[in-house]
Amino acid sequence: MWRALVLAAVLALAGGAGAWEQTTPVGAQPIPPLKARVTDTTATLSGGQVGDLESRLAAWEAKTGTQLAVLLVPTTQPESIEEYSMRVAEAWKLGKKGQDNGALLLIAKNDQKMRLEVGYGLEGNLPDVTARRLLVEVMGPHFRQNHYFEGLVAGVDKIHRVAAGDDKINPAPVDSTKPRPAQHSGDWMHFAVPGLIAMVLIGGVLRAMLGRVAGSGATGVLAGLVGWLITGSLIIAGGAALLVLVLILLFGAGGGRGRGGWFGDGGGGHGGGWSSGGSESAWSGGGGSFGGGGASASWGDGGDSGGGGDSGGGDGGGGGD
Amino acid sequence: MRKLWTLMAVLVTLLLSGCGYNTMQQQDEQVKAAWSEVLNQYQRRADLVPNLVNVVKGFAEQEKEVLLGVTDARASVGSIRATPELVNDPAAFKKFIDAQNQLQGALSRLMLVAERYPQLKSNELFRDLTSQLEGTENRIAVARNRYIKSVADYNTTVRSFPENLTAKMFGMSLKANFTVESEAAISSAPKVDFTKPAPAKP
Repeated sequence: MWRALVLAAVLALAGGAGAWEQTTPVGAQPIPPLKARVTDTTATLSGGQVGDLESRLAAWEAKTGTQLAVLLVPTTQPESIEEYSMRVAEAWKLGKKGQDNGALLLIAKNDQKMRLEVGYGLEGNLPDVTARRLLVEVMGPHFRQNHYFEGLVAGVDKIHRVAAGDDKINPAPVDSTKPRPAQHSGDWMHFAVPGLIAMVLIGGVLRAMLGRVAGSGATGVLAGLVGWLITGSLIIAGGAALLVLVLILLFGAGGGRGRGGWFGDGGGGHGGGWSSGGSESAWSGGGGSFGGGGASASWGDGGDSGGGGDSGGGDGGGGGD
Repeated sequence: MRKLWTLMAVLVTLLLSGCGYNTMQQQDEQVKAAWSEVLNQYQRRADLVPNLVNVVKGFAEQEKEVLLGVTDARASVGSIRATPELVNDPAAFKKFIDAQNQLQGALSRLMLVAERYPQLKSNELFRDLTSQLEGTENRIAVARNRYIKSVADYNTTVRSFPENLTAKMFGMSLKANFTVESEAAISSAPKVDFTKPAPAKP
């Protein structure tokens, strides 16, 4: 019973940390979990079509190491397609870390908008102008006739051909010297495990000094204080205090054998709660970064005032927005 | 013996809570990197302006006022030296951001005017420059967002206890961020004058 309680407390702590890192704007569209190269939340593509695209993307990735993912959503409202696309790119982290060779092809079907989000490492081969042309001239005509699969195949093939033009991607990951915003939100977690151990030691001392209940209480308060100082969050601090309190009380109850057994379980709980990456998906992004490169386009006839009149070449749309 | 234990407990607690010095250094460096990226993208936009003005001039020379607005805004942006130290000086920071916002406003007016010239809109070079400008504006938005976040992190650290004591000791001050004022200037829509008859579309 106690173990279950402690485990629940640990999981709640981990869950709280997860919620803390999430920065989803209120009312915005959710980001689908990254499970495969092609994600279709609009049920536009058939299973076979998804498989076809998937195998093209997989073959390309095996050859060049470049990660390209396709995402179809009904709408990105109330956000602009650029904002939503950047959030997806930051969540999915396509491309290898340090090479940033990832790209995201986002289709907002009901908005009639699409965007190719290009990672830092691909901006050289896929500059904005190229990305824009690719969307407007290669994919737009198919989409206007509601031939989504054909448009996606044409687009994906074109992206592959363009990126292959002078593809100089090393197979081995190389650390780039480019300044990139580092991940640091989980910093306080470095303190969590050593902190817990230290608290248990301190708790032992205090319990010897003040007696079991008072000592446990004092350690709990201390843990809360320290947790608050490190994380700045009262919720986490409260969780830490509760956790330590329960821990110290438990220690009083059990002998040496119970101690060992308990620690084994608790460690497992920690690992399961925090490293959610393991069981998540078969395919995932490699940690690539995006800086807003790429282009957006609309394939709608209405809504886009400049769409109809500006065809320089054969295509009848895009261009103006 | 009991005193020794107490002393040790206090010592461990102090060690654990830390003084926040390393966190502050790390976040300070992050702010610097984010700011460099903002400057980088602003520079990229400024570099696009001369070409864009030249192309528009070729098709819409009569739009002198708008063209002049862009050139002036570009010049005033160029006259402010953009240094990494700008973030520590709120007044200079505001001046710099105001100049950048002015350029953004002038450019959006230019693009609006360009809508009236079908020949200009179908010009290959103009279309390429347009997508480059759009891409750059998007990069600026992303870079600004990241800067805002990094400064928020840093300022929170500098303000909270006990890091604020360390910050005072090492003279680390709050950093300037994009204010609501300048955000309002950006999001205010450019005025469209419907009284002037626009040339009909082909």
